[in-house]
Amino acid sequence: MIHKFDVVIIGAGGAGLRAAVEIPKEFSCAVISKVFPPRSHTGTAQGGVCAALSNMEDDTWENHAFDTVKGSDYLGDQDCIEVMCKDAIRAIIELEHMGMPFSRNAEGKIAQRNFGGHTKPADMSDPYGKRIPVKRSCYSADRTGHVMLQTLYENSIKNQVNFFSEFFVTDLIIDDGVSKGVVAIDIRTSEIHIFHAKAVMFATGGNGRVFRITSNAHVGTGDGFALVYKSGLPLEDMEFYQFHPTGLWKLGILVSEAARGEGGILLNKDKERFMVRYAPTVMDLAPRDMVSRAIISEIRAGKGIRGSDGTDYVYLDVSHLGKKVIDEKLPEITGFARTYLGVEPTKEPIPIQPTAHYAMGGIPTNVNCEVLKNETGEIVAGLYAAGECACVSVHGANRLGTNSLLDLVVFGRRGGKRIGEFLKTASFTELPKNADEKTKELISKLLNSTGKETVVGIRTELQQTMMDDCGVFRTEELLGKMVSKISELKERYKDVHIQDKGYVFNTDLIEAIELDNLLDTAEAMVHSAYERKESRGAHTREDFPNRDDANFMKHTFAFKNETGKPNLKYKPVTVTRYKPMERKY
Amino acid sequence: MGNLNVSILRYNPEKDDKPYYQDFSISEWSNDMRVLDILHEIKWKHDGTLTFRRSCAHGICGSDGMKINGKNRLACSLLLGDINTNKPIVIEPLPSLPIIKDLVVDMSSFFLKYEVVKPYLINTTPPPSDSERLQTNEDAEKLFESAKCILCACCTTSCPSTWTNENYIGPAALLKTYRFAYDTRDDAQDERLDIIDTPDGIWRCHTIFNCIEACPKEINITWHISQLKKKISTREI
Repeated sequence: MIHKFDVVIIGAGGAGLRAAVEIPKEFSCAVISKVFPPRSHTGTAQGGVCAALSNMEDDTWENHAFDTVKGSDYLGDQDCIEVMCKDAIRAIIELEHMGMPFSRNAEGKIAQRNFGGHTKPADMSDPYGKRIPVKRSCYSADRTGHVMLQTLYENSIKNQVNFFSEFFVTDLIIDDGVSKGVVAIDIRTSEIHIFHAKAVMFATGGNGRVFRITSNAHVGTGDGFALVYKSGLPLEDMEFYQFHPTGLWKLGILVSEAARGEGGILLNKDKERFMVRYAPTVMDLAPRDMVSRAIISEIRAGKGIRGSDGTDYVYLDVSHLGKKVIDEKLPEITGFARTYLGVEPTKEPIPIQPTAHYAMGGIPTNVNCEVLKNETGEIVAGLYAAGECACVSVHGANRLGTNSLLDLVVFGRRGGKRIGEFLKTASFTELPKNADEKTKELISKLLNSTGKETVVGIRTELQQTMMDDCGVFRTEELLGKMVSKISELKERYKDVHIQDKGYVFNTDLIEAIELDNLLDTAEAMVHSAYERKESRGAHTREDFPNRDDANFMKHTFAFKNETGKPNLKYKPVTVTRYKPMERKY
Repeated sequence: MGNLNVSILRYNPEKDDKPYYQDFSISEWSNDMRVLDILHEIKWKHDGTLTFRRSCAHGICGSDGMKINGKNRLACSLLLGDINTNKPIVIEPLPSLPIIKDLVVDMSSFFLKYEVVKPYLINTTPPPSDSERLQTNEDAEKLFESAKCILCACCTTSCPSTWTNENYIGPAALLKTYRFAYDTRDDAQDERLDIIDTPDGIWRCHTIFNCIEACPKEINITWHISQLKKKISTREI
């Protein structure tokens, strides 16, 4: 079946829905999602979304921009960061106007709280002097992502957006360098649909499922990354993957930074508040990359607690906050501790360990969400990306907590606006012949597969080795091992078989295609990491422990290559007003 | 520990005339596993054709609502240690919705009912141009319990009134009505009450309390519905 829409948006999380709401009424718009929109992963974000509203204390967007640049370890493009932080104030007020329910302060304005890496100068007349934590994170208890996703879904119902839910996109149609649409499988019937479109936007989220311990949903398989990469377009800065310091032990379920924003502290085996040694000024509210490294360092020094599963954890203690604060401000995360670990957070500390959380890298775009063809900044006509799947880059080498929800609404809207402009003059161009042929072959190959490899076998090995060899601490040796492992797994994938050979709701088939996507994204990550011989933000090379601005103040662009070794090119970082400094907290 | 026995209602429209129970015996299990982990264990190691929805795996996305030992639950939010594992665990799809395959049901009527109640803020007064609308924290918190809803359909499909009348709008849609009718920023309260003050609307709720028992987010749904009933009965016509 062939559909025709002016614009097709893939993904119905925060970025996709915000973009859909922005598309002018005179243009037809379809949103394709592999799950029902309110199932999207945006809903699991907890602690907040930041903007310098100054509702609790004086703050400025420039403070926010400085923190974001510093948090990014100077890899974020400063012109884009300025755009985001300036627009944040409008974006949050707009969410409130759309109906998002926020916690409120005494004046009835949106309440704000502390979060990791968000600071302001202790003395406002000395902007680069000593900095102290600032209340900048706007929140709704610890369900901020959930109510944001609900609000955007509600607004898309109001705007009568066309949804194709439980459709899985398998191919991006690019012809003569122009994006012409996508091919998708209707999961319910396995029927193939071609979506012919003037504009295509990816808003497909991240690929946390490439790691064994992750806060990401099962759907976080980097489908958008992989589709773009497979079509010969680059992926940017894929070596920068954030490990959130406080994942629930064993399960990786996110325990929001809001727990520390409200006053929670990290303790090692000896009940020592170890962050004092790693970040003397902001301590437990240091950025995530630093806290994750600190936790692993404690564990390596024998100061972790050995769990029954053979892994080590440390403690997150909120018990001193009192039952009232915990019940009102952190109900969801303390519920997880009770349900999954049988731990009562009002009385005892919560076992936590770093969990794979967020891809700073992704599909390269400019500040208007137009996808870049190469490191020189040329764009692909009609192709857009926003949200976690995109790399603008506003997060650089390490994202600050609460900047991801912000990214979704700021860039979702900008992308929607840009598409609206583009559609004023764009016209449909002819589809290539047999646009769905690759998908037909893919389905037929998997439904007739008889090989000896299984999806779960290859996936488990990928997830475990990525955790061990491409995790918080990396070395040339480990990454080299991982390079060979990926090519081995990709070779074995050719011999994969699935058991379900039917056409109705075949999730066995979908998981097999998702694994192929995970393998491609892992390839880009590992090769990019291997070649970045420095430590910056979330990319920590023990063999190159320092940041090397002379050689690596640049973005990696990885292009897929049939040899299995991507071609790597580089693009300089845009610096405006913030000169790189040593990053200490 | 011996094997864990699980009995799952299976149905593949391409092969089966009607649903049937299939038993699985699982050797690798422990009390700290979720029911979802067991479904994955079966799908990934025993029978790849077993079909169910899931995503976040910690009770936020609402994908894996199903009937477990007779109660609607989320498979990801139920630990084996919290149920009787000496008897077979019986897993069935959510009741009263058409089965697509195994534990996957057709949710379209559920989402249609959600859309009927106009699930979005309606306010005809333009908001302040450069600041938020004000609301006291007390008023905001009145909405929080209803806003916790994850649209998993556990409540609506557990309601006997839904079983006997498929047109009944159901507890989830009524809860969403509350979410907006009690928002101080909304000015369509009358219109919202009119939508549910119908024969297939709120009066089909007979205060049976199944919805509360089914809700994985522990929302007191019946209380919210009763507030709406009171509001309708006392408004001036």
